[in-house]
Amino acid sequence: MYNSAVRGRLIEGDKSLGQISHEILAPVHAKTPGWWYFALLTALGMLGFGAFAIYITLSEGLGAWGINNSVAWGWDIINFVWWIGIGHAGTAFSIFLLILRQKWRTAINRAAEAMTVVAVLAASLFPLLHMGRPWLFFYIFPYPNTRGPLWVNFNSPLFWDFMAISAYLLISASFWYFGMLPDFATIRDTAKSKIKKAVYGIMAFGWTGSSREWLRFEGLSFVLGGIAAVLVVSVHSIVSTDFAVSVEVGWHTTIFPPYFVVGAIFSGFAMVLTLVVIMRGLYKMNDFITDSHIDAVCRVLIFISLIMATAYLTEIFVAWYSGSPYEIYMFFQNRIFGDYAFQFWAMFVSNALVPQLFWFKKMRRNIWVVFIVSIIINIGMWFERYNIIVTSLSRDYLPSSWVSYSPTWVEVGFFVGTIGLFITGILLFFRFIPMIAISELKSVAKFDKPRNEFKHAKHE
Amino acid sequence: MTKYWRSIEEFKDPVLFQNTEIKLEVNAKRELMQQQSGSSRRDFLKTFGFSVAAAAVVASCSKPVNKAIPFLIKPEEITPGQANYYASSYFEGNEYCSILVKVRDGRPIKVEGNNLSPVSQQGTSARVQASILNLYDDARFKTPLKRGEPTNWQEVDGYITNKLGQLKRENKKVVLLTSTIISPSTKSVINRFLTENPNAEWLQYDAVSASGILKANQLSFGKAFVPDYRFEKAKVIVSFGADFLGTWLSNVEYTKGYSEGRKLLGAGDQMSRHYQFESGMTITGSNADVRIPVKPSEEGVLVASLYNEILKSKGLATFQVPASSVDLSGLVADLLENEGKSLVVSGSNDVNIQLIVNGINNLLGNFGNTVLTAKTLNTHQGIDAEFETLISEIKNKTVAGLLCWGVNPVYNHPAGQEIKQAVEGLELSVSFAERIDETAAACHWVCPAPNYLEAWDDAEPKTGSYSLAQPAISKLFDSRQVQESLLKWGGLEAPDFYTTVRNYWIESLFSQQTEFTDGKLFWNHSLQRGTFESAILKEAELNYTQSGLSDAIIQIKPSSDGWEIVLYESVALSNGNAGNNPWLHELPDPVAKVSWDNFASVPVKWAGENGIQNESVITVNGIELPVVVQPGQAAGTISVALGYGREIAGKVGEGVGKNMFPLSTIENGTRKFWLSGAQVQKTSKTYQLAISQTHHSMEGRPIVRETSFNEWKLNPAAGNELKEVHEKNKVTLYPEMEFKGHHWGMAVDLSSCTGCSNCSVSCQAENNIPVIGREQVRNRRIMHWIRIDRYYSNHAENPEVFHQPVMCQHCDNAPCENVCPVSATPHSDEGLNQIAYNRCVGTKYCINNCPYKVRRFNWFKYVNNDEFDFASNSELGRLVLNPDVTIRSRGVQRIQEKKTEAKVAGRKIEDGEVQPACVQSCPASALVFGDMNNPESKISKYLKNERNYHLLEELHTLPSVGYLVKVRNKKA
Repeated sequence: MYNSAVRGRLIEGDKSLGQISHEILAPVHAKTPGWWYFALLTALGMLGFGAFAIYITLSEGLGAWGINNSVAWGWDIINFVWWIGIGHAGTAFSIFLLILRQKWRTAINRAAEAMTVVAVLAASLFPLLHMGRPWLFFYIFPYPNTRGPLWVNFNSPLFWDFMAISAYLLISASFWYFGMLPDFATIRDTAKSKIKKAVYGIMAFGWTGSSREWLRFEGLSFVLGGIAAVLVVSVHSIVSTDFAVSVEVGWHTTIFPPYFVVGAIFSGFAMVLTLVVIMRGLYKMNDFITDSHIDAVCRVLIFISLIMATAYLTEIFVAWYSGSPYEIYMFFQNRIFGDYAFQFWAMFVSNALVPQLFWFKKMRRNIWVVFIVSIIINIGMWFERYNIIVTSLSRDYLPSSWVSYSPTWVEVGFFVGTIGLFITGILLFFRFIPMIAISELKSVAKFDKPRNEFKHAKHE
Repeated sequence: MTKYWRSIEEFKDPVLFQNTEIKLEVNAKRELMQQQSGSSRRDFLKTFGFSVAAAAVVASCSKPVNKAIPFLIKPEEITPGQANYYASSYFEGNEYCSILVKVRDGRPIKVEGNNLSPVSQQGTSARVQASILNLYDDARFKTPLKRGEPTNWQEVDGYITNKLGQLKRENKKVVLLTSTIISPSTKSVINRFLTENPNAEWLQYDAVSASGILKANQLSFGKAFVPDYRFEKAKVIVSFGADFLGTWLSNVEYTKGYSEGRKLLGAGDQMSRHYQFESGMTITGSNADVRIPVKPSEEGVLVASLYNEILKSKGLATFQVPASSVDLSGLVADLLENEGKSLVVSGSNDVNIQLIVNGINNLLGNFGNTVLTAKTLNTHQGIDAEFETLISEIKNKTVAGLLCWGVNPVYNHPAGQEIKQAVEGLELSVSFAERIDETAAACHWVCPAPNYLEAWDDAEPKTGSYSLAQPAISKLFDSRQVQESLLKWGGLEAPDFYTTVRNYWIESLFSQQTEFTDGKLFWNHSLQRGTFESAILKEAELNYTQSGLSDAIIQIKPSSDGWEIVLYESVALSNGNAGNNPWLHELPDPVAKVSWDNFASVPVKWAGENGIQNESVITVNGIELPVVVQPGQAAGTISVALGYGREIAGKVGEGVGKNMFPLSTIENGTRKFWLSGAQVQKTSKTYQLAISQTHHSMEGRPIVRETSFNEWKLNPAAGNELKEVHEKNKVTLYPEMEFKGHHWGMAVDLSSCTGCSNCSVSCQAENNIPVIGREQVRNRRIMHWIRIDRYYSNHAENPEVFHQPVMCQHCDNAPCENVCPVSATPHSDEGLNQIAYNRCVGTKYCINNCPYKVRRFNWFKYVNNDEFDFASNSELGRLVLNPDVTIRSRGVQRIQEKKTEAKVAGRKIEDGEVQPACVQSCPASALVFGDMNNPESKISKYLKNERNYHLLEELHTLPSVGYLVKVRNKKA
């Protein structure tokens, strides 16, 4: 029996392989529950509100937002970075835990990856619509054109950003999708309705499960995983250069790339936690996503939270140590004790202090505490981006340009719309895609059973 | 050869088989295919052809065809695409400037300063700059009106000539009510009209007059005139409430003189010391070396005490005057040290105060030195008392006819409503207004005058200084020059006014010069230059007498009673005559930084004690006003600007702010613009003001560097010590950019800059900068490419004030350029930071990364949008646009870009030849532009000056704009 001394069983309930398939596929094959429709309707409502906000933005102009001559980025970029951060979890889970040979990831990685794809999709709306003339967005592609030798600016972090995000979206979406091929085939094989068979059949790309296919499948996973591993680090490093490369007070700092990557993984893990807790609750997946899974994620969060705290303190120290009056003003008089003290402390408490609750096993085992803390971290990470973007821009070098910024309903609506988009995506994922990677989970299941039980199971 | 065959038929006769069988086979196949597909190749081609043709037709129809018709016979002086400049004169609202009108393709689009004028000396004010927009005002009268209904000139002439004739026969009084007339030709026309109509009388009425000075000088010199103040000659300047850098008398001229007397570029340069006593913080006070906040009621006592102190110091007999609250000993010492080189002025309209000021200037020997009486300033000639008489005459029907020209007493007189009713009851009331206003609405007839840019005129702003005004465009509407109307109605069949002006110049002025022997040549020459200085100074300095002085001193009594309200002319709107000008409404007040409203400036201490903040609403004698807590506001006083609250002005100006003219009073025959014992009440309301700068401290940052004159004399780099530190620490990994041709640069002398905001409006006119309105200014989206930052330091009760124009710094290591993902903002090889508007996608990254925050963004579509119903929402208003500057669409960024069009003609550009709009007309000569690669240029010398520093130079942005340390001549 494979039973790690540190961690308990990875799957509870002595399940056979058939049982595993059956239970995981149950939501796909079962009748759609009533709450699902209700939730989808709510999410679509939010999405519709967001669409209306976008319509206002497009028809009136960016003036419909609260941004101004000094704070030219507001909720748009805050939310962009926030979503991108959340979109880090999937790949981070799959790749880093794969590298670290953490088998327990198998129960969660599918959900994490799905979340990644939806979150990155939501995130990508912001850079597109934060443009004054989004209909000219294609100028940012380095394509051959007839406008003289007019090329993009390879020095601009925004261009790097665009490249990094599109590459990330492409790779993480492929990684997620190709990982699902065997499971789609399983659905196709177990589905009763003809339509379902056909649809999943197409989605499965004619998967037969031959050795050769498995070989290629593994090969592709390796290649995509290898690229994605690099992207996980690069995307948020590059997002951070949007700020770090500038001359703005509080932005111009070399700690940003690692700080952003860690922050992104932090928020991603927190969102994964939120999601799997919901998943467990709604679909009774406790046997697969066990308490020890939750426990493991919580432990990871403590660790990252400590890194975050270190980063925050380092930033403050460096601001003081630099001797730059602008930096000192920004951190001490503006953020810590100034007009934006609430946002700063909301960030610090939520991200650096609250996760320390997870030092206590009792807390890690209390699903409500876990859920609430994960939500607090999500909010705290939102405030971190607020803290970086708004406080810096609203109080930079020349006091004559100091302004206060608050969003209009249009910006808020846009954000609500992306939340709607996210929830819609997740609901569709719950309903139509196996939430847990069956094929991968089975690889864990094999070791998880005592030999005799395994034998016994065979006769079932 | 082997023969292959498919059937017996083919074997027998292959040729026949080919012709029949194969054909049949193919046909069958084709038919089958056709049946299967439903359409044939031909069908496809037909459909395709039709679709393409239809698409092409539809696509080509949607574009309207615009025809550009070239000149059949090209006028000699017009080259399409090239501007012509015509010298002209601006005289409106008692403000005079000699100007050059830039005309592109037949449209005047910009006003520049005329460097040949000894009066305005190439300077303009924001109001002069904005006046170009008045030409294209939608509120202008398009035709003559009869009781509000459009009519034609025949009807007008028929009726009025008749009526005037009738009144003449009945010997009923007709009054021609004008604002101050400085045009000698117009005066001659008026005189002819008066001679023809003995029952007519001419009266000049100024809303904000100089009656006090005129009447005081009548007593002191026996002549009612405004003297010629020479600020450049004064070493000590004392002003009692005169905002001579902003709105007082001839502010552009005074600003020139003031800055000339304070220019510190090399060793040995001298600087005048400026004392300012005032209640509200004006731009003049903000530039003073010593500013003393006083209540307006204290002014008399102060002036009298100063007079007394000087008498005492000179060992002369003194008067009995109430004690003043301010210690004047330092000031007296300064004045006595500079006898004959000092200047004392007062903005008061009180004859007594002006008499004492005359006494002081006399004691100090300033007459003939800094106050010249041989030349007079003619821009303010209205005597308030005369107009008061007229009102009673209208009311008691002594006057039967009123011709109003350039005046708006219904709006700007405290008895406006009575005047309105009285005018409505007159037998004949005619308005010559150019655009709708309150008085024109009360008049039976409106005979619109053309805009000054459409008309001939001349001016004599100062004795012996003449200038001409010429039309820069033919009349846009059915208007007629007033002079022509007067002559016509007077029954004088005279030629057009052009001939009158020309004849006047050739007959009267030609003889005052010796340069030309031919009148025609003289005329052409003068017209081209725009100005003419009489070679014969006709008048001598007048002799001062003390008449009335002792009476005046006796009448000075300290009388303070509760709140004192000061009514002042704002820098943007002055007395409100251009009340429909969106550029002026949008111009932030240079001190309070509020646009689109007038407001109550309240003292800081009182506000703190009473929980009043910016945007609270208080009532002042029943008028609700939003509050601005104004550092430097004298305790117990509230200042409110005049010129707002127009009821009939046009879509832009109507209902903006509150009209404060009704609070002014008539005292001793002059208008008094302050009152005491006012009722001030708090309310629970708030009002959202368009404030464009909300933080007022430099937070100890070296943004405006300053020093004192004494320190500067010892060390010209005083106050600029940081520059050396930053130069020493300057390290870079990258090679610095080299500029082989030109390298443009600009310098701003912070000591000279008064904050008058001329550059902001000038830039707005030059660069087609849109107006965005109150709400968007409040949202901090103002579009001005040059903004003037204003900071306070030291005590909130009486702070020192700093004005700093901030425009694009054209950094050679520009943070904005690097971050644009689409390369929409490159650096030119002449050191300019450029924008390709069409390339911009609007990420706004450059805004964020600009440490100076000078990047501007079109948050909305500002042109042709009913949400922004200002100048650019009508065809007429858009005529002011400069075709050399692209109109930006929504979502595009822009910078302050300097024009370099002048580099044509294949020769080296001379220093000073290229002048951006802001530099050209700066009245304080605070801005310098030129080629930094030319070591002899003025800009190179400025930038090498020890006082020069770059804004935020520690960031290594390498700006092309330099700032010269602010120097104050503080008393040691």
